[in-house]
Amino acid sequence: MNFLIGAFKPACNISITFSDGKSRKQVPMKKENGKTIMVSLFQSKESIAGKVSIEPLQGKKIEHLGVKVELLGQIEMYFDRGNFYDFTSLVRELDVPGDIYERKTYPFEFSTVEMPYETYNGANLRLRYVLKVTVSRNYGGSIVEYQDFIVRNYSPPPSINNSIKMEVGIEDCLHIEFEYNKSKYHLKDVIIGKIYFLLVRIKIKNMDLEIRRRESTGSGANTHVETETLAKFELMDGAPVRGESIPIRLFLSPYELTPTYRNINNKFSVKYYLNLVLVDEEDRRYFKQQEIAIYRQQDS
Amino acid sequence: MLLIGAEDEEKWLAEGIAGIQHNAFYLHRALDSNNLRDALKYSAQMLSELRTSKLSPQKYYELYMRAFDELRILEMFFKDESKHGVSVVDLYELVQHAGNILPRLYLLCTVGSVYIKSKEAPAKELLQDLVEMCHGVQHPIRGLFLRSYLAQISRDKLLDIGSDYEGDAETVMDAVEFILENFTEMNKLWVRMQLEGPGRVREKREKERSALQELVGKNLHVLSQIEGVDLEIYKETVLPRVLEQVVNCKDDLSQYYLMDCIIQVFPDEYHLQTLEMLLAAFPQVQPTVDIKTVLSRLMDRLSKYAASSADVLTEFLQVEAFTKLSNAIEKVIEMQVDMPAVGAITLYVSLLTFTLRVHPDRLDYVDQVLGACVKKLSSIPKLEDRWATKQLVALLSAPLEKYNDTVTALTLSNYPRVMDHLDNGTNKVMAMVIIESIMKNNTCISTADKVEVLFELIKGLIKDLDGATDELDEEDFKDEQNSVAKLIHMLYNNEPEEMLKIICIVWKHIMAGGPKRLPFTVPSLVFSALRLVRQMQGQEGDIVGEEVPATPKKIFQLLSQMIEALSAVPSPELALRLYLQCAKAANGCDLEYVAYEFFTQVFVLYEEEIANSKAQVTAIHLIIGALQRMNVFNVENRDTLTHKTTGYSARLLKKPDQCRAVYACSHLFWVDGQDGIRDGERVLLCLKRALRIANAAQQMASIARDSSGPLTLFVEILNKYLYYFEKGNKQITAAAIQHLIELINTEMQSDSATSDAFLASTLRYIQFQKQRGGVMGAKFESIKL
Repeated sequence: MNFLIGAFKPACNISITFSDGKSRKQVPMKKENGKTIMVSLFQSKESIAGKVSIEPLQGKKIEHLGVKVELLGQIEMYFDRGNFYDFTSLVRELDVPGDIYERKTYPFEFSTVEMPYETYNGANLRLRYVLKVTVSRNYGGSIVEYQDFIVRNYSPPPSINNSIKMEVGIEDCLHIEFEYNKSKYHLKDVIIGKIYFLLVRIKIKNMDLEIRRRESTGSGANTHVETETLAKFELMDGAPVRGESIPIRLFLSPYELTPTYRNINNKFSVKYYLNLVLVDEEDRRYFKQQEIAIYRQQDS
Repeated sequence: MLLIGAEDEEKWLAEGIAGIQHNAFYLHRALDSNNLRDALKYSAQMLSELRTSKLSPQKYYELYMRAFDELRILEMFFKDESKHGVSVVDLYELVQHAGNILPRLYLLCTVGSVYIKSKEAPAKELLQDLVEMCHGVQHPIRGLFLRSYLAQISRDKLLDIGSDYEGDAETVMDAVEFILENFTEMNKLWVRMQLEGPGRVREKREKERSALQELVGKNLHVLSQIEGVDLEIYKETVLPRVLEQVVNCKDDLSQYYLMDCIIQVFPDEYHLQTLEMLLAAFPQVQPTVDIKTVLSRLMDRLSKYAASSADVLTEFLQVEAFTKLSNAIEKVIEMQVDMPAVGAITLYVSLLTFTLRVHPDRLDYVDQVLGACVKKLSSIPKLEDRWATKQLVALLSAPLEKYNDTVTALTLSNYPRVMDHLDNGTNKVMAMVIIESIMKNNTCISTADKVEVLFELIKGLIKDLDGATDELDEEDFKDEQNSVAKLIHMLYNNEPEEMLKIICIVWKHIMAGGPKRLPFTVPSLVFSALRLVRQMQGQEGDIVGEEVPATPKKIFQLLSQMIEALSAVPSPELALRLYLQCAKAANGCDLEYVAYEFFTQVFVLYEEEIANSKAQVTAIHLIIGALQRMNVFNVENRDTLTHKTTGYSARLLKKPDQCRAVYACSHLFWVDGQDGIRDGERVLLCLKRALRIANAAQQMASIARDSSGPLTLFVEILNKYLYYFEKGNKQITAAAIQHLIELINTEMQSDSATSDAFLASTLRYIQFQKQRGGVMGAKFESIKL
């Protein structure tokens, strides 16, 4: 993490390392500048422990009013620039006011931290976890160092997971019955299903299955909704006849999905939908959208 | 969309090919560098070219073949895990990430085939998965090609699975199930092509569809190649499923093609053993399907199979192939009410051909087929359709050709009934065919019963049929009647009694033929009867007792009836000749009264019927000739007849004719042989009379034309003189001859006529005889020239 330090006007170098940093899983994270870096992955109720080392630049001493490390969980709304809502904030005082002449290392530990929400990078907001080290000073301002980490929480397979089965249609025009094998899918799941054509009076050109993400932020009059189509998967080419049954098999792994988030800290929700789209020869679209829940399953 | 120009299509095809080539280039690069991700990307892009809807099937096929070749290379890459480092299981998932269905499924099939080969998963499940996933392509052409690709790429694996893999019946069934499923879906797509697009391009659609039929049929072909598909599986699974599809698709092109396909690709043995099932499908197809062709091909195949070895024939009997086919045809005809007569008849022709090949010994089958045909024909009015008639002729000709022996056909009770349904013209043609067949094979029809049947068959030639009003071509009529006349000679039995019966029957039939036909037919019959007479004459000794039914007398009675009928036609000249023939035969049989009676008839005819002078001349010469040979007559009868003859001779109209007849009469008094009459005096009388007439003729000629006529008559008489002189007629002397020669010479001088060649050669003959020496030479010596 040393290279981060070069970006700051150096009074001292601060580095934050996790004690199990070598063995802990690293996952990619996109930074604001578009770069992807690898960061450590945690989940809720894990202990987050490590060391903070402060190394003054050569020959300089740092006079400080105390050193602390904070664990912050923040929700950042892009349209509400600069506003962070910290839903989690834990502090460990590392040092009492004094001077640092040479490299000094402080161990820290936040044991069994509740981190109920997952790191999320959305269209209108982000939810991030960060370790913040502050060397408070009287003059020259405090020296602050951040270390991002990612939180992912795993859910057990849902005990009830019904299939989605529905008959829809336009009278005397098109009647279909579709079935998705589950209503809750994990991120590496496969959607299996079929579409059964009960009545076809229109010339269908093709049929797609879309995965759409609906991110809503704010509440009341300030609600912002952003819908993104993450996957467009062609299910059928050509016009079926009555009685035809078209299979669905959609692997979710290639798509960058997250679990469904419902009303996170009263700030936002992320929901997923399967949108079945039929396009006729005049390019008219007929569609039916169904919500599915997505959860993260522990890799076996 | 469908009315696109060929030019545009070429352009689109070129674009498609360029797209494939472009992506194939990058694909090859990716393969060379073992880059799986790029390989998948570029292959998917390449396959996207196949998503076009702008090409006709033929053009699409071109495009498809290009992609196909590239996929082969890709398949090799997939096979080699060391190159891309991904297990085939993961690969199978990976290719399914493609967003577009067509590239996705092509890739899936490609990996699937590698997967099956690797045996890392049960082939059954994979095959089922592939065939199921292909449902996603519902566009007929694209779907057909995709499934065709699936069939193609899995073919060798299936043959493995179906044949030498484990040899387990279960796995064989998996392969079969897979192919059947794929086949069913392909057929559905293929049928659906017909329904797409507006009606006006229907014809074009059909053409396009025909171009694709092989893609569908290939599945059946693969099925037939799987060794594991034994008769049992074929019977229990393959055939019922295929037939179900055929029947249910209700599409005539498909039904026709597939039925034909089934018949062509599977072994004959299977067909034979599943005949019932196969045939049951026929009545269920659309009425517009050309079943007759398909059924005909089936029967054709089966009959060839039957001919292949003798062992096979027993199988045919075991499964009662004939009965089944026959029932099936009946049902088809029953169900397809609108089938034109020609269709039904064609079916019967095929069945008949089958029967003749497979059961040549079962005449009852042949008869049964004809009977069924009669039944069908009787439900429709007389045939007007040219094609139907043609088929019917084929139907009737088949047994004739097969058996060589036309007699066989005569035992078929339904044969004449079928003929009844032909129009008059064709009926005659058919009758001619029958006769020709008899002639060609030199078949002798030897029983009265058969003759009866035969004449029933050819009655179109024998008599005027009801309602036959059309005027016939004279030439044709003559041909026909001559054929009948020829036919009469083919009716022969060594046994006089039977032969007589035959003659009676023939007579009974030809009697009905009317005046136009009798002159053609009667002579044949007369000669046929005369042959019998001569035969009996040879066996004279054998005939004993009074009760013998066939005696020459009876025959002669019959003959006189026949000729009488002929003379009533009237055809007196012919009748006269026949009478003379009969008289001669009677002479041979020593039946004086009969012979006399015939001569009486001759004279009656001469007197009453023959008025034409030329005819009279001919007749008189015939009479003279015949009479001269007679030796049964007693003196009295002979005198009567000769007297009559000479009398008529002298009363001919023209002098030269008179003259010639009279000198011919001289022969009546001089018969060579042991007991011949040699009445020299009367010979001389005749000749003298001839001379007188010749003189008179000469004078008449000189008065009428102021010049004497030719000397021919004299020279002719001179020749007669010489003849009798040589024969030793005492009344003809050398002096008389010399006198005659002088007379001729005088005439010549007075007339200054040009020298006559006849005379010259006659004189040369005399000279020759003189010089020859011996008795004759001595005799001639006395003639001075």
